[in-house]
Amino acid sequence: MTNNQSSFWAGVRAELPLLIGVFPFGMIYGALAMNSGLTHAQAQAMSSIVFAGSAQFVTSQLVHEGAPGLVIVLTIAVVNLRHLLYSASMAPYLKDLSLRWKTVLAYLLTDEAYAPGILNYEKEGIQPSSHWFLLGAGFTLWLTWQMSTALGIFLEAAIPPTWPLDFALPLTFIAMIVPALKTRPMVAAWLSAGIVAILAYSLPFKLGLILAAGTGILVGTALETRR
Amino acid sequence: MSLWLILLLGGLITFGLRFSLIYLFGRFEVPGTMRRALHYVPPAVLAALIFPELFLNNGEFSITALNPRLLAGLIAILTAWYSRNTLVTITTGMIALFLLQSIAF
Repeated sequence: MTNNQSSFWAGVRAELPLLIGVFPFGMIYGALAMNSGLTHAQAQAMSSIVFAGSAQFVTSQLVHEGAPGLVIVLTIAVVNLRHLLYSASMAPYLKDLSLRWKTVLAYLLTDEAYAPGILNYEKEGIQPSSHWFLLGAGFTLWLTWQMSTALGIFLEAAIPPTWPLDFALPLTFIAMIVPALKTRPMVAAWLSAGIVAILAYSLPFKLGLILAAGTGILVGTALETRR
Repeated sequence: MSLWLILLLGGLITFGLRFSLIYLFGRFEVPGTMRRALHYVPPAVLAALIFPELFLNNGEFSITALNPRLLAGLIAILTAWYSRNTLVTITTGMIALFLLQSIAF
């Protein structure tokens, strides 16, 4: 095996444990998207066009509620803003790659590909075949996401409509964010955004969501800066 | 706006966010304040999505013991904090909601 190949497979192996969480996510997304009124093709296409778990959940929810298109697009942008951080943190390691490699690796740069990828770079530094590791991790995640989406779409019909499947959405978000609330500014950002979201819920066009997110970001940043 | 156009724009924005700084590296330094602020995007956005689902019942504020989603949500928050496991949290929250809905009326 060449160095490139072994680096690719090392990336695949690093991704495998994460798939235990990713596969059910993808299935729940597929089922929820169908529940929200998307067609089979739209639900599946979103997994490769947008390819970002939480944004896909939120989009399904907003489509279900009949939110205007512009609000949905803006919300996707806000929900995915964190990818700017990943982009910033990966940039120094990818700076000498061709535009084609940068494009492919940026497309694959999800939460679950970023984590093993950046750990590998921090441990090994930039090696001639390092980018193959990120490709292996990212591609494995991509393939799993497409397959689990398809299975969720397929199984949706088998799930009784009285089941409160929509509750899986807030539960997914709770599972993702609660373990990360380790500092006071994080908790304050979370609580303040939540309270504003309830108070401003009746505002039109889901503006309450943007207002709440803005409040939480300001509160967190202000508290951190003050310390 | 058709849903296909929404998906296309959403995909372009998502790719743009991931690609931008990888592409611009060396020409543009992320200011420290923005870097700090980005750190609070996930808790703020996700709280804005979680809280109304737990505390509002058909748009009405509902904080009684008869709101099964609030109770199941609190159980899920505790589970997430102690287990730090995605799958365990989702499963526990769903089971809690099933049980609470079947004993409520």
